[in-house]
Amino acid sequence: MSARADWIPVALVPALALVALPFIPSGATWLTLTVAGLAMGMMIFMMAAGLTLVFGLMDVLNFAHGIFISFGAYAAASVLTRMSARLQEASLASDLSAMAPAVLAAIGLAALLGLFFERVIIRPVYGEHLKQILVTMGGLIVFEQLILVVWGPDMIPLPRPGAISGSFIVGDAAIERYRVLAVVVGVVVFVAMWLLLNRTRIGLLVRAGVENPEMVESLGYRIRRLFVGVFVAGSGLAGLGGAMWAMYQEQVNAQIGMQVLVVIFIVVIIGGLGSVGGCFVGAMLVGLLANYTGYLAPKLALGSNILLMVLVLLWRPRGLYPVGRA
Amino acid sequence: MSRLLSGDLPRSRALAVLLALLLVGLAAAPFLFPGTRSLNVAAKIAVFVLLAASYDLLLGYAGIVSFAHTMFFGIGGYGVAIAMARLGSGWGALAAGCLAALALSLAVALAIGLLSLRVRAIFFSMITLAVASFFQILASQLSGVTGGEDGMNVRLPEPLGSKLVAYYLVFAAALALFLVLLRVVNSPFGRVLLAIRENEFRAEAVGYRLVNYRTAANCLAAAAATAAGILYAIWLRYTGPQATLSFDIMVDLLLMVVIGGMGTMYGAAVGATVFVVAQSYLRDGMKALSGALAGVPLLPELFHPDRWLLWLGVLFVLSVYFFPFGIVGQLRARAARAGA
Repeated sequence: MSARADWIPVALVPALALVALPFIPSGATWLTLTVAGLAMGMMIFMMAAGLTLVFGLMDVLNFAHGIFISFGAYAAASVLTRMSARLQEASLASDLSAMAPAVLAAIGLAALLGLFFERVIIRPVYGEHLKQILVTMGGLIVFEQLILVVWGPDMIPLPRPGAISGSFIVGDAAIERYRVLAVVVGVVVFVAMWLLLNRTRIGLLVRAGVENPEMVESLGYRIRRLFVGVFVAGSGLAGLGGAMWAMYQEQVNAQIGMQVLVVIFIVVIIGGLGSVGGCFVGAMLVGLLANYTGYLAPKLALGSNILLMVLVLLWRPRGLYPVGRA
Repeated sequence: MSRLLSGDLPRSRALAVLLALLLVGLAAAPFLFPGTRSLNVAAKIAVFVLLAASYDLLLGYAGIVSFAHTMFFGIGGYGVAIAMARLGSGWGALAAGCLAALALSLAVALAIGLLSLRVRAIFFSMITLAVASFFQILASQLSGVTGGEDGMNVRLPEPLGSKLVAYYLVFAAALALFLVLLRVVNSPFGRVLLAIRENEFRAEAVGYRLVNYRTAANCLAAAAATAAGILYAIWLRYTGPQATLSFDIMVDLLLMVVIGGMGTMYGAAVGATVFVVAQSYLRDGMKALSGALAGVPLLPELFHPDRWLLWLGVLFVLSVYFFPFGIVGQLRARAARAGA
């Protein structure tokens, strides 16, 4: 987004993959892990993108972002369990006809919830960080409890459609189909977002709003309306990410949003608060590193992203791609 | 009396009565409310009043939101438990555990403060969330040292074996440390914190280094939380991830401080009491209500005894909007109006 492209952080992603290569005994394992890492990174990116954009645009840090993820996951689970008959047939067409409504339901419900959240919970506390954190935390508590009211406290097992379970065999490497699908969806989302932000008028306004909201407003654009749009779109994306994450885990529980929220925060901090490109790079790094360390040193795996965050912050204290305002 | 309270009087008759009742109730709890359950509730209130007060130092006075407060609470508990498991159950081991826990907490608080409070207060919130979840993972992964998910039992030296002695130790220590915290927030240092909370730029322009003051507040709060963790481990004779480190306790703490009243210290005491009592006894009431509503769709689920947090969450959001100074703020405002 800056005038001169800064490729060093982007180069970190293949660099990390190459550094891991000699440590992993077989090339096939490396390939499997790399695809798994990229797939995980893509899902994290989808869940984190809305959060970082909302922060960049309106200076709102939404601690309740995890709720959109949870609601997306639960909506997808509800639709898929209703349609489990179709999933038995294991043909691609019938699988897709079950998955499409599930994914749409996830996006729709999360977006609706996002609209409600922006209107009711966040609007009264613009510009007050302390209250924002408190109120969004409160929203998180209330809606997490509401999930328990509506869907019950038990874990819901989620059947993964037949056509996208199983693996491709490439040489010696087994690559799960679902991970390939996740990578494809993630790339599509990222490219669509990039085009929207960089090639359209709305994107121009959003980028300008991130840099200097007062100026955009004084030029006569309603930045509030823009913000509501971004918030709803970001929530919908989080819902999509949540649905994909739930299908990846093959189960849903009420804590799902809270569990990934920590990783999402780490990704957003690594990328630079407000930067979509940084968020993407950060998500890839976190996904790859989690899979490599998970294989090489399982005990370290969960702490690896904290370590990564500390290293990145020592190098660039405001994240990989610092955005305008400090 | 005024000296003991550091000149920070309740400033509301209702609040004064409430606090006096709480003090007398806790002091005489073993005699007033016999029974294991009510003594447990009393000890929990004492520990959480201290923990919430130390959190209020950060949230209400320094104006920064930390999600790592239960981490320090947990360090206290685990410090004692690990020392007792390794060095035997003597007084020396107890002291060593306390000192090691305090030292570790101070070091971690200092590191977090210096790393993240430089940039923006909001950064601090995210970093503390990440570090706290890292500690939680550490505690459950290093099962050789910490007992993993099962936690650890704490064997105490002899006179503490009696629940009565342990209760009075917990009560006295919590009360003393609460008064110390009250002293801190009413000292010149506390005034500077308030100044920073009210107007960062002006405070910095006057010549106070924000990072130094905020980091110092973070370290003080961490030390007090560690002490609360030590007391809780002594009372429960157990420590584990669910009892001390879990994110649920962090959420509970936020609720206590905000509902009680941020930036008032007494609010932490009131909030912690209300919360612990609600946690322990609200379920019974909700069970009755849920039973009475049986047959009506959805309503019994909403009032299910396990959903008590839902209602406290709603109360929390409402109090952030409408009563930013919580119960204590409301009582004081009423007293001020009556006096004027």
